[in-house]
Amino acid sequence: MELSLQQTFFAVFGALALLATAASVLVHRLMARTGDPVKLTWIGQLNSRLQASWLILALFAVGFALGEVALAVIFAIASFFALREFVALTPIKPADHTALIIAFYVAIPVQYVLVASGWYQLYAVFIPVYLFLVLPVIMAWRHDTELYLQRVAKVQWGLMLSVYCVSHAPAIATLEPPGYEGRGALLLLYFLLVVYMSESIAVMASASFGRTPLRSNPNKSREGVLIGAAAATVIGTLLWWMTPFTLWQAALMSAATVFAAFVGGLVLASVKRSLGERQWDQGVALSRGVLERLEGITFSAPVFFHATVYFFVP
Amino acid sequence: MATLPVRFLPPIVWLVRLLVGAYPRWIGCAPSAVQRIYFANHTSHMDTVVLWAALPGELRANTRPVAAKDYWDRGGIRGQIARDELNVVMIDRARDDPAADPLDPLREALENGFSLIIFPEGTRTPQPLPGPFRSGIYHLAMAFPAVELIPVYIENLHRSMPKGALLPVPTICTVRFGAPLARIEGEAKESFVERARDAVAALAG
Repeated sequence: MELSLQQTFFAVFGALALLATAASVLVHRLMARTGDPVKLTWIGQLNSRLQASWLILALFAVGFALGEVALAVIFAIASFFALREFVALTPIKPADHTALIIAFYVAIPVQYVLVASGWYQLYAVFIPVYLFLVLPVIMAWRHDTELYLQRVAKVQWGLMLSVYCVSHAPAIATLEPPGYEGRGALLLLYFLLVVYMSESIAVMASASFGRTPLRSNPNKSREGVLIGAAAATVIGTLLWWMTPFTLWQAALMSAATVFAAFVGGLVLASVKRSLGERQWDQGVALSRGVLERLEGITFSAPVFFHATVYFFVP
Repeated sequence: MATLPVRFLPPIVWLVRLLVGAYPRWIGCAPSAVQRIYFANHTSHMDTVVLWAALPGELRANTRPVAAKDYWDRGGIRGQIARDELNVVMIDRARDDPAADPLDPLREALENGFSLIIFPEGTRTPQPLPGPFRSGIYHLAMAFPAVELIPVYIENLHRSMPKGALLPVPTICTVRFGAPLARIEGEAKESFVERARDAVAALAG
């Protein structure tokens, strides 16, 4: 019994909507019953996460309905906001202006157009080879060598994390393993589900029975992260039917994805610490803390993408 | 000024939010329809639009930025934004007519009940802290004693658009509104102007 693409999307989004509804009801019940201020902060955080997940769910439902190009546009916008946040955290000098203009107004559109058109040979090297060589030249042109290496490194890492890595998520939707032609968007949905489940379950488990807070992220505990990783791997394994993988391949792929998501979060936390973390003011929900929302996929998207290309696309 | 009950966010405000955030932070006062003079540090050409865009929609209609005629009073899209969207009060820095007082258009706007946005440095200072203020703010403050004087600090913009740049680098900037500046009886012009500058600089921390 093979489900069609539309039926699968319908089933998955329906299940997610049910899950989010159940979680929302549960959170509101908890909130009404608890008087403990510490617990209330935890629940408040859960609630804001849930609200964000509703927004993300709606956004992706639209994206998947419209197809690969719409998905590329969604991630391009996410990249823009992530890079904007990165730049706001980074001290920049007037001499960096041209390089940053190229990063925003050239690198993002070009990278995502290449991804949407499936030009793998070029989008795999466009940022880490071409731009990584061109941008330092432009920045050296002004002969401002004060902190030159640091400035170049910041522009390059900003591009790497918020554009290059993130663009590998919509790239998953363009993959066509044999026997799975035209269903790439489903594979992207699978990948996002695994990452997102590991994130949310880790946060929820940390809130319920976390003991040792992580040093990189005090909202999560060691126990919570392990529970989240195990649960997401199980979920990823049980969803093998929506992928080109067999059961045990799906288990290994989701374990690798979850691990990559965790170390990616670790790296991003370190980047933010070294830049001097700060909380953004209440603004539009989508444009605030985008880097944080994306930290799960920065490392795991390229890992998932290349593992699939290496093992499943001849 | 007739305002429709529901106003769509003008495209220029969308664009500013997308590019530089322009998130308002009301530290020393709340948004209010009271007639006010907002005075801010001036680091880039975007300041005028950014401060204006940071105000709530219902105040924007009644608040006019004061800006240099030589930059804003042109044809094309810049002039159109200045006239139709921002409703800019043009100030003549070139002084074509030496007899005319450049503050006259400002007085006229205040008499008509508008709030104003002014940049008392008179020119852009591309650095975190504002340079010395000119005395125009003193003359306006004395001539219109009922108008609240609100110090405003625009953070981060000098990095987004240094002098000579054509496009802004997207970033996140906040616009901080401080407590109204008090007028002190018999205070000398120099000391008042210095105090106004310090009120803006104090919001930088």
